[in-house]
Amino acid sequence: MTIKEVEQQIVEEFSIFTDWMDKYEYLIELGKSLPIINEGQKLEGNLIKGCQSRVWLNAEFKDGKVFFTADSDAIITKGIISLLVRVFSGRSPKEIIEADLDFIKEIGLQENLSPTRANGLLSMIKQIKIYAMAYSS
Amino acid sequence: MNKTADINDIRKLFPALEQSVNSKKLVYLDNGATAQKPQQVTDLVNLMNSGINGNIHRAVHELSSKTTELYENSREEVMLFLNAAHREEIIFTSGTTAAINLVAASFGDKFLKRGDAVLISEAEHHSNIVPWQLICEKKGALLKVLPVDDCGHWRMDMLDALLDENVKIVSVSHVSNVLGLINPVEELISMAHSRGIPVMVDGAQSVVHLNIDVQKMDCDFFVFSGHKLYGPTGTGVLYGKRELLEEMPPWMGGGDMVETVTFEKTTYAPLPLKFEAGTPNFIGAAALARAVMFVNSLDKEFTQKQEHAVVNFMVEELSKIEGLKLYGTQGDRISLFSFTIDGVHPADLAMIMDKMGIALRSGQMCAEPLMRRYGVEAMLRASFAVYNTLEEAEYFITSLKRAIKMLS
Repeated sequence: MTIKEVEQQIVEEFSIFTDWMDKYEYLIELGKSLPIINEGQKLEGNLIKGCQSRVWLNAEFKDGKVFFTADSDAIITKGIISLLVRVFSGRSPKEIIEADLDFIKEIGLQENLSPTRANGLLSMIKQIKIYAMAYSS
Repeated sequence: MNKTADINDIRKLFPALEQSVNSKKLVYLDNGATAQKPQQVTDLVNLMNSGINGNIHRAVHELSSKTTELYENSREEVMLFLNAAHREEIIFTSGTTAAINLVAASFGDKFLKRGDAVLISEAEHHSNIVPWQLICEKKGALLKVLPVDDCGHWRMDMLDALLDENVKIVSVSHVSNVLGLINPVEELISMAHSRGIPVMVDGAQSVVHLNIDVQKMDCDFFVFSGHKLYGPTGTGVLYGKRELLEEMPPWMGGGDMVETVTFEKTTYAPLPLKFEAGTPNFIGAAALARAVMFVNSLDKEFTQKQEHAVVNFMVEELSKIEGLKLYGTQGDRISLFSFTIDGVHPADLAMIMDKMGIALRSGQMCAEPLMRRYGVEAMLRASFAVYNTLEEAEYFITSLKRAIKMLS
């Protein structure tokens, strides 16, 4: 599947939710069910500090692909992270660099990526792209 | 004049409270960050922006004299509000932060030297920490900290030892923006004064909830922001005792703060203009008078009773929630509550409750050292104003319980 196809899949999953409660409950569920980073990787160097919550991002480059693991101390942020990891992890640097994030808007979570939220997500996405650029050279 | 003693009459003056957020009726509980404005404040701002607009203190034309009058009348209104002794003791600034920076830079420049010290408390907002660090670094002075105990109260038992002969100024918050406790500023001031040390009181939170009498308090400086006191954004006040302000050098140079200017030597305008360089936010400052008049129009007995009811309800209901820790306990407080809940992140709660129409503050509250003191990364804060009802407090508690359930 391409990045675009995975994003489309996520959009379809979210399309069944008619009100915000269900959508956020699903995000909380995603956040809870994924132990997406091991404690050893919660290093200061992997920490992206937002005013609201903290995000850790770890990247590994293997066989031409970038593998991301990430975490947050806030569960809703973690839920959104799990979507981003699902989209970006295991992709080539080129795919990551070229990908857009329109699906976040389509599932109605764009407010969480606003710089005013200061939850670290925007910086995390920037960091994902920076890793991809570093590995592509 | 009859004073307003009905919360619905108060609410009617605030159009912002009528709106819906996320399809829910807005419950605005982030007043510690900024308050909504009554109609009479926005009316004057609009009126001035759309016509009564001429730069103050500069011209002989009609519009300029009108704005100058509005600006200077506001100074008079603020003077009476704080019960300052002289109108030139009231300096308009862009907010509390600017006022503290002014004092730190100007007082610090004149009176701090290598080896001196500045005393603040552990429960300060960043704006009462960083300006002092800047000047201390520049002067080779030391920043000393009065700790708070587990309940959030100043360690008054340590004050005597901390107030040594090196301390040249004390700067503390009257009410912390995190803890909400009313600090014993009078006691601290009298102790500092007995050693000849002046005291600045950060009244950003307290001025909204308590009656301030700067002469009775005997503080040397008192600062607050207009926007938290139902006034326009970008307004603030520095009150300073005249003798001290006279001795302090100007902070910013520019128009309106000078007497005569030559390339060799400039003499400065007398107080208060010495500290008001450049075109100030004169529309905002003029409209701050309207905010003060609004506060004066309220029946104090009624608003205090209302606040006590909210405090009692909130403290009791919060204490019933499992795993909830309230910061700032015992003793007199204002209706501002910061807390954490075991296993639930404040940012998540704030996000869910925003969906329920409730505006809250989450995060480090611009008080990182205090977060560290309590070993937390972030807190959630609900802060009330005169227009918040007990029903809103009840809705807050119900919604909080629902949000906790969703998240745990």
